[in-house]
Amino acid sequence: MGFVDSHILSLMTFLPILGAVVLLCVPKGKDDVIRWIAAVASFLPLVLAVKLWFAYDRTLAGVNVASQYQFVEHYAWIPSINVEYFLGADGISMPLLLLTALLSFLAVIGSFGITNKVKGYMALFLLLETGMMGVFASLDFFLFYVFWEVMLLPMYFLIGIWGGPRKEYAAIKFFLYTLAGSVLMLLVLLALYFNTTNPETGGHTFNLLHYMAQGTHNAWLKGFDVRVLMFLGLFIGFAIKVPLFPFHTWLPDAHVEAPTAISVILAGVLLKMGAYGLMRISFPIFPDVTRWFAMPMAVIGVVNIVYGALCALAQSDLKKMVAYSSVSHMGFVLLGMAALTPLGMAGASMQMFSHGLITAMLFFLVGVVYDRAHHRQIDGFGGLGAVVPIYTGFISFAFFASLGLPGLSGFIAEQMVFLGSFEAFRPIVIVAAIGIVFVAAFHLWSLQRVFLGPLNPKYATMEEINAREIFCLAPLGILVLAVGIWPMPILNLLNASAVRLVDLVKAVI
Amino acid sequence: MIRYAYIIPLLPLASFFINIAVGKRLPRKGDWLCLATILAGLVMSVGIFLEVFQAYDPNFKYHVVTPWLTVADRFTINAGILVDNLTAVMLLVVTGVSTLVHLFSIGYMHGDPRYSRYFAYLSIFSFSMLGLVLSESFFFIFIFWELVGLSSYLLIGFWFEKKSASDAGKKAFITTHIGDVGFLIGNMIIFVTCGVFGFDEVFQAIGQGKLSGTLLTIAGIGVFCGAIGKSAQFPLHVWLPDAMEGPTPVSALIHAATMVAAGVYLVGRVYPMFTPDAFLFIAYIGFITLFIAATIALTQNDIKKVLAYSTVSQLGYMIMGLGVGGYTAGLAHLATHAAFKACLFLGSGSVIHALHTQDLREMGGLRKKMPITFVTFLIATLAIAGVPGFSGFFSKDMILAAALEFGMRNPAHYVLFFGALFTAGMTAFYMFRLVIMAFLGEPKDHHKFDHAHESPPNMWVPLVVLAIFSFSFWFKSPFVEKGWVQTLITKPATVADVVKAPVATASMEHAAVMTGEATHAAAPAEGGGHGAVPAAHGEKAGAPAHAGAGEHDAHLAHMAHSYAMYSSVAVGTLGIFLGFVVYFFGWIDPARVANSVKPLYNFLLNKWYFDELYDATVINGSIAFSKFLAWFDLHVVDGLVNLAAQLGIFVSFLVGKFDDYVVDGAVNGLASATTGSGSLLRRMQTGKLYHYVFVLAGGALVIFLIKAF
Repeated sequence: MGFVDSHILSLMTFLPILGAVVLLCVPKGKDDVIRWIAAVASFLPLVLAVKLWFAYDRTLAGVNVASQYQFVEHYAWIPSINVEYFLGADGISMPLLLLTALLSFLAVIGSFGITNKVKGYMALFLLLETGMMGVFASLDFFLFYVFWEVMLLPMYFLIGIWGGPRKEYAAIKFFLYTLAGSVLMLLVLLALYFNTTNPETGGHTFNLLHYMAQGTHNAWLKGFDVRVLMFLGLFIGFAIKVPLFPFHTWLPDAHVEAPTAISVILAGVLLKMGAYGLMRISFPIFPDVTRWFAMPMAVIGVVNIVYGALCALAQSDLKKMVAYSSVSHMGFVLLGMAALTPLGMAGASMQMFSHGLITAMLFFLVGVVYDRAHHRQIDGFGGLGAVVPIYTGFISFAFFASLGLPGLSGFIAEQMVFLGSFEAFRPIVIVAAIGIVFVAAFHLWSLQRVFLGPLNPKYATMEEINAREIFCLAPLGILVLAVGIWPMPILNLLNASAVRLVDLVKAVI
Repeated sequence: MIRYAYIIPLLPLASFFINIAVGKRLPRKGDWLCLATILAGLVMSVGIFLEVFQAYDPNFKYHVVTPWLTVADRFTINAGILVDNLTAVMLLVVTGVSTLVHLFSIGYMHGDPRYSRYFAYLSIFSFSMLGLVLSESFFFIFIFWELVGLSSYLLIGFWFEKKSASDAGKKAFITTHIGDVGFLIGNMIIFVTCGVFGFDEVFQAIGQGKLSGTLLTIAGIGVFCGAIGKSAQFPLHVWLPDAMEGPTPVSALIHAATMVAAGVYLVGRVYPMFTPDAFLFIAYIGFITLFIAATIALTQNDIKKVLAYSTVSQLGYMIMGLGVGGYTAGLAHLATHAAFKACLFLGSGSVIHALHTQDLREMGGLRKKMPITFVTFLIATLAIAGVPGFSGFFSKDMILAAALEFGMRNPAHYVLFFGALFTAGMTAFYMFRLVIMAFLGEPKDHHKFDHAHESPPNMWVPLVVLAIFSFSFWFKSPFVEKGWVQTLITKPATVADVVKAPVATASMEHAAVMTGEATHAAAPAEGGGHGAVPAAHGEKAGAPAHAGAGEHDAHLAHMAHSYAMYSSVAVGTLGIFLGFVVYFFGWIDPARVANSVKPLYNFLLNKWYFDELYDATVINGSIAFSKFLAWFDLHVVDGLVNLAAQLGIFVSFLVGKFDDYVVDGAVNGLASATTGSGSLLRRMQTGKLYHYVFVLAGGALVIFLIKAF
């Protein structure tokens, strides 16, 4: 097993695309074979993720120290321009790698209901998984950028072909919006490349860890104005992905039109990439600008929390409401990061992981009701709790997790962010705290309108949630509960890196 | 036994999971499992109480912690349990009432389609409430605080097919959540200033001056906001009466005896952190609540609504008692109220079960049909009315005495005492109005009356047990001056003690400066209150504490006590007498009285129009604002995005035209110029010899002419 051990991140990244190649060879019409190949191709990375979980040394921090990265694979890729094939994991990426592996597998299982062009769907989905894994594993900016773009394309087609009525609009909007962010990232990428030198070879470099060592920067790159400009470029690029106000409007459209499993991935994993980019790239490379920009970032985070919650309150489409709840929850991530305290940073990481689980549950659950009723109008239901009690139990669980009930993972993350950021920004955190009333309000109000009250006779014979759907939801639910009761296993994973990142940004080390 | 206290909440948690998962398939749908777990908890609580009682030490404390959440070495939250005298009493109250309510529910909920779910919810409630009682830190008490909120939500909306029930559940959760925001902010202030969450550690840090002055007042009021929500205090009291939509045993357990008292417990638990300003705030909130709720209770005709408002009012008493410095008084009233109010609610449940109506105007004469219910209900009513010999007298009297003492020290605040005294009269009046309308006189609705019957034993046994505990000798023997409650539940040293001197006008700054010394001085000399005791684990230490009680104080307290006792007995008797005059003898016609003060009557009947006010302002305002933001999001934020897209399309259109006409025009122009010139030139290729000869000759002529000149 030597090869597996030494190439575990590569395998997690490329096994899905290998699966895609295999299933493309399957003759047309054998949809079930295709589905199972896809399931296996996404299950293997999950197995490796479990291996990763056990093999990961929780005392090493990573972040800016190459020797503290684990599962490292480091080769020259395009020597002429110094591009490296450099993969590695630390506490910032570990939770997200695990999350991606889990959600991808569940999303494939959740996609078994797709009957239209199964082969194309599954192939694109596996390509998407490769892109996501690659983003979280890359430590070379060029490689990161490649994976970032790789993931864009299948997403465009998955929304545009298998989506809802306004799929073309949503797909193009998603694609162009994200691409606009990528362009800004590309500019920063080039600026960094041409203004840094690899201390070992003397040539230019794409290695992120070299960027973090300020000594590699030339005089031009040391200029604060330049750095601010580059930070903002990256910030906007990542902000679009998170998405942060006012760059968030692609998200409700993309979510509403995307098929269920794609919404799960979109909210569960893709949104994390923006915040991950800030943690992995923006913060450690531009610590000075990060400190300078901390307050505005916190304000944006709080705006996200409150604005997202209020917009969710006004929605009439259940999926759109869940989409806006993501906007609200991702605000916590930014607020926690911007606080630049160990607790806030760890809380932000925790919130990413927790939100990935919870929002995945929510989108799966919305998909379940849509499959049966063929609409998602909150006011179009009523009293479903009497007809589908198990389903109601699951969605109540997910809603309460989402509104931050103690004992479930969302509460831990929220509290960590609150406590961690209150130290830094008192008045605006109080505004965020008031926002949680609206978060509770929109969850309970929609729960009531759909599941409680007198039964809408139209749905008196609605079908209860089936075994395959429960299979997708149960692992997520168990994790949400487990993390909520005993958060240390996840926190141990990310603590060292969160602390290191904060110390790095605050120039303590 | 104390070492195993953590098992008490875990037992119902286990029965919750089992019942949610497989309850329907268990024999008797799993009700016995939930009953057994809570009964085991009761047995253990009795054991713990006996241990604590044997120690008979005001400073008894068992405290263990273990790290629960850490961020490297930068941050730690401990999980742990704290058992002191207050905890032991609360454990007894919660498991006791909960066991009886479980028992009662077996009869009351019989045949409900979601019978096993109901018991599962009761179990999750018991778990949360017991966890809350055993919490040793601000963080964990907040966790269980939210969890009792969840169980309350689930049980209020248990019959969720009724829109009113699901509305009430939502209202309860969101209204209490507003208070919880204050609690959260209080927690955040405490954490960033003190760096710890454990009660003892925080009080120690406050003693060291890490958190003081206005910020401490804000933190205290913030934490108290949680109590305002959960204990249904003004202005967040509106959810509790609506919560009566839940099954009646739930109203007894959660919305009368235990959960709503959690706010009172919280105030008692964090007592050392309140500054004089915070105490004054607490006292007035309690006072406003007790008065408003009692006035509303006068006019209600729904048996559960009357009891609900009386609960709000009694909670106001407890809060005010704590606010004016009557620590023992407020908490004792919590315990006595739990028994008699649970008895009243279960009694009303028994009546509703028999009559299938909640309207007092359809009752009457039930005394004969339901003797056990009547007698137990009457005992509990005597207790709440404050008749000597009953538990309510013992505790309410202490609250009134504390209020009077507070008034004597601060004459500006005499209103607290007189208002509370007047309200005690109102309490006696509206409670006897209830008893007379329901049980005495002639039946109003004969059809319903004829079908009425006494409830089965599993329903009346809890009533009897609770009625027995509504006598005062359980709490204080008439032959001693100081009962065990007064001995064991003693006031901890607080920040406010410093300014407890007769001159109560000491400024806040003064208090803050002196805080550190005061609590420190108190600790070695008198064993201190809980606030000053170091967080020694499992420690039992110290002598009785009489924090700050001097000779003069004792005299004042004694005087206040006797005045308060006489006057409260007087107003109580007057209230009962008036109740009989109006509703039994009919010497005064209530309808005529109501008519003569019509606007006031309507004002009270409509509960001071709080719901209407909140609907018109907060709720509609929020919804309108959210609608506006959604519009803004769709048309402005996204509008800009789409505008950018449209602009892109427009620019590309222009570029396209430019390309077509200018760039490509140039290319085409060149092409057409070429072809044009080509076709012109082509004309020369005529193939006719004389043309060529002509051109040749012309050309030769031109060359000749050029050369010639």
